[in-house]
Amino acid sequence: MRTDRCTLVITDARTLPCSRLFIYILLLWQCLQGAPVLAEEKYHEVRVVEPYLEIHTGPGRGYPVFHVVDRGELVEVIKRRTDWFMVRTRRGKQGWVRRADMELTLTPDGASTQFSEAELGDFTRRSRETGFLAGDFEGANIMSVYADYYLTRNLSVELALSQVFGNFSDALTASANLLAQPFPEWRLSPFFLLGIGVIYTDPNVTLVNEQDRTEQISNVGVGVRWYLTRRFILRAEYQNHVIFQDKDDNQEINEWKAGFAFFF
Amino acid sequence: MESRICIFLLKALPLLVLLGLSGGCSLLRTAEPAVYSESEPVIKPGIERRTITEADIDSEDFEVGAFVGVMGIEDFGSNVVYGVRASYHATEDFFFEAAAGATRADETSYETLSGGAQLLTDSQRDLYYYNLSLGYNVLPGESFIGSRHAFNSALYLVAGVGNTEFADDSHFTYSVGAGYRFLLNDWVALHLDFKDHIFESDLLGTDKYTHNLEGTVGLSMFF
Repeated sequence: MRTDRCTLVITDARTLPCSRLFIYILLLWQCLQGAPVLAEEKYHEVRVVEPYLEIHTGPGRGYPVFHVVDRGELVEVIKRRTDWFMVRTRRGKQGWVRRADMELTLTPDGASTQFSEAELGDFTRRSRETGFLAGDFEGANIMSVYADYYLTRNLSVELALSQVFGNFSDALTASANLLAQPFPEWRLSPFFLLGIGVIYTDPNVTLVNEQDRTEQISNVGVGVRWYLTRRFILRAEYQNHVIFQDKDDNQEINEWKAGFAFFF
Repeated sequence: MESRICIFLLKALPLLVLLGLSGGCSLLRTAEPAVYSESEPVIKPGIERRTITEADIDSEDFEVGAFVGVMGIEDFGSNVVYGVRASYHATEDFFFEAAAGATRADETSYETLSGGAQLLTDSQRDLYYYNLSLGYNVLPGESFIGSRHAFNSALYLVAGVGNTEFADDSHFTYSVGAGYRFLLNDWVALHLDFKDHIFESDLLGTDKYTHNLEGTVGLSMFF
C-alpha cells in the first residue's frame, strides 16, 4: 500500500517535471497521510445493523457517498468532527459518516452506541461556559471575554475581561461576578449579576494633561441566555457600573452587550 | 494413593460435566418463559457489555495555525504581516475564530515627499491586532489536482470585532473577510485569507474609517 503511493508520486513527478512546488506539496501530503498509519492505533469498532451504511468523501452534507458498507460488517471509528465521524472499513476504505447514521450501529458485542449531541438537558446541567460579547459602554465600544463556573444549577461565578474603546480614552476592565439564574431549565433563561472589578483607564495621546489611572468598579446587571443548538448559547445583558473615582464624585456607566457562548 | 485419587477424579469428570450440563439446561429451562416476557433478557452475561459513547471517540473540532502575508495600512503603505489563529468548529457550517497578528507601518507619501517630516515615531509604527469572529462555510466541496487526487476544501466568510493597537492607540475594529481552506489530509489544512480591518482613525487630522486590507497564507492543524 505504502509503496504504491510512492510510485504514484514518482509517476506524477515525471509527467510534470517543471512544477517542483507541486511535487513538494504532494510529497508533504504523502508524509502527512502516512503519519497516522504509522501510529497503528487501535480504534473502536461498530457493526452495521441497518441494511447499509453510507460513507461520504467529506464531513458535510454535500459530499458525495462513495462507498456503502453492508449489514453485519464492522467499521473502525477513527475520529469525530462536528456531527461527522471518520470511519475505516475492513477493506481500508476511509470516509465520513453522519452522526444520525452512526447512532444506528451497534458495538461488536451488540450493545447500542451513543453519539448523541448536546441538547437542552445538557444546557441545564452545564458546569462551565465561555464566550465573547461586544456592545456599548456609555457611548464607547466594548469587547469582553468571560468564563463561568457553575457552583449549582442556579449559581455561577464568572471572570470577565473587557476592553473599552472610547473617543477620549481606552480602558481595560477585569471583573469577578456572581450570577444567579432562577430558571436554569428554560431555553430562554434570565439571569442576574453582581460583581466587582478594576478598571484601568488610558487617556488618548492627544489629551496630554490626563494620567493613566486604575480604579475600582462595581457591576450590577441583568441578562438572558438563549440556548441555540448543540453547545451554543446566545447571551445578551445590561450592566450598571459605578466607578469609584479618586476624585470625589463617582461615575455611573451603562453597558449593553450581546454575543455568543458555548458550554461544556 | 495419589494415582487412585486421579483415577477417581477422571471417572468422576464425565459425571461432573453431565451434572453441570443438566444443571445448565435446567437453568435454561427455568429461564425459558422469560424469553417471552419483555422485562427479562434471555441471557445475562457475567461480563459488562461496553457501550461506545461520545467520549471514546477522538473529537477534532479545534484548529490552530499560523499565517503570513501582506497587510496594507491605509495611508501608511503595505508590509509583511504574520500571526496566529485558533478556531472552534461548532457545526459543519459555523465556526468561531480568534486571530492575532502584527505588522508595521511604512511612511505616508507626505512623509516621503517632504523629506524629513515624521508623523509617527518608530515604536508607533508597530501595528498589532486581535479579533474574534464568526465564520460560515459558504461553499464546502472538493478540489482536484489531476485525476488522482481529491482534497476537501471550503470557501468561508468571516465577520467579527476586535482591537487594533496602532500609533499608541487602541481602535475598535470590525473585520470582514473570506477564506479558502484546503485540507491536505484529514487534520492539516492550508489557508488563503483576505480580510478587511475597518477602524476609525484621526491620525491625519479628521476622523475617518480606514480600510486595512490583508492577504495571507497559512497552515493549520485540527486537534
